[in-house]
Amino acid sequence: MKSFDYVRPATVAEAVAAAAQPGAAYLAAGTNLLDLMKGGVSRPDRLVDVTHLDGLDAIETLADGSLRIGALVSNADLAHDPAFAKSYPAVAEALLSGASAQLRNAATVGGNLLQRTRCAYFYDTASRCNKREAGSGCDARDGENRTHAVLGWSENCIATHPSDFCVPLVALDAMVEIEGKGGRREIALDELHRLPGNTPARESVLEPGDLIVAVRLPPAARAFAAHARYLKVRERTSYAFAVVSAAAALRIEGGKITEARLALGGVAAKPWRARAAEDVLRGVAPTADVFQEAAWRALTDAKPSGDNAFKIELARRIVVRALTLAAAGTPARLPALPASPFASTSGAIHA
Amino acid sequence: MNHSISLTVNGARRDFVLDDPRVTLLDLLRERLHLTGTKKGCDRGQCGACTILVDGKRINSCLALAISHDGADILTIEGVARGDQLHPVQAAFIAHDGFQCGFCTPGQIMSAIGMMQEAQAGNDPERIRECMSGNLCRCGAYAGIVDAVLDAQGQMDESNQRRSA
Repeated sequence: MKSFDYVRPATVAEAVAAAAQPGAAYLAAGTNLLDLMKGGVSRPDRLVDVTHLDGLDAIETLADGSLRIGALVSNADLAHDPAFAKSYPAVAEALLSGASAQLRNAATVGGNLLQRTRCAYFYDTASRCNKREAGSGCDARDGENRTHAVLGWSENCIATHPSDFCVPLVALDAMVEIEGKGGRREIALDELHRLPGNTPARESVLEPGDLIVAVRLPPAARAFAAHARYLKVRERTSYAFAVVSAAAALRIEGGKITEARLALGGVAAKPWRARAAEDVLRGVAPTADVFQEAAWRALTDAKPSGDNAFKIELARRIVVRALTLAAAGTPARLPALPASPFASTSGAIHA
Repeated sequence: MNHSISLTVNGARRDFVLDDPRVTLLDLLRERLHLTGTKKGCDRGQCGACTILVDGKRINSCLALAISHDGADILTIEGVARGDQLHPVQAAFIAHDGFQCGFCTPGQIMSAIGMMQEAQAGNDPERIRECMSGNLCRCGAYAGIVDAVLDAQGQMDESNQRRSA
């Protein structure tokens, strides 16, 4: 690991000033960053430790009914908060389907949003990677790429964003509160991550020094609590990243879907909101046919970036099944294997 | 630049001067305190052999910078027995052959203790397997590990019932 200066700011303003310097990186739990630093993939000159800052670890309901989640709340504390899990069950299920219990205890909300891709060529410093070293090339494009992107990719980068948490969050219109050199601002989570285009090294819209201080769910997000699921296919049943995942959330009244939310994970460099599919679902009865139509709409623009054409068909089937499970109703208790298609209580339904 | 930190390790306060901020909690425990029960397996947060409790919660000590945990309360495998009396989870691992080579065992036991405090799995073997998935065992002693955790969980439930009765 390259040596670095360690800075522990006392306030958010001090943190922003310290992290705005070239070569600086924020340190929260470090569950991803330290791994990358040990491998020489990330080589910051300065770590700005935000874990001792006050006021960033609360889960609070605001006057307008929004939920505000501090950036330093751990993934486990959020998922296991009973009120949170009841109101936003797909988010809790996504959190518990990610990583291991040890990592969820440490990893933070803000860190989860900004975790880096799991592309093996990004991790291997002997490989060419435009994300790690701009302009060096992309060895994934002609390499082992069966898990890579099928949406929004470019010739310069076919990596995916690995977060589970972000998938239901983006479906529920989550907002991100950012403290920066110009003060506080907020953006939609859907606008936080950038598609690779010609600049895959720029993964988000954040500027140097920008610090995510909270994630907010709008009041409407809790209206989906009765019909919300996260479903994730991975190479093994637990402790693995998504090959493809989907978050489905429905409002059903009088036998008809009044509003639908759908997002996909593991398919692009950002959590992928499928708005065209949502439009198909609004105002109709929740049937297998309409779910199939939604799945086709969600993947209309998909194309393989390598040996991964199977992910397009897999994603369609995951969408149908996630919608079917959501329509059947959120279970009273999360299944033993969260988000797993093999969970005994998932109501195993094949699309 | 030197950094001073203090930790509580297995109940005792320990002060350290770090001449380099790169030291992980795992390396601090092993190299500075010679508490080598906590194992370095992958050193990348994948195997769970380095699991310890920090402020009561199980984490991978290989992915935690010591300097960032200034003031933390740490429990390692060396701190769970009371003298010669093994922790119930330790005893259950012996009773149920929850190991073969033993390298992953301290991490498994610390993870199991952390899991029981989290109270999410109860006595459901499927939930225990899921909640212990961050601890790999290359010998494949998983069946014994699950039996051991179930046994220890049962003992804890019983003693809790006795206490509340």
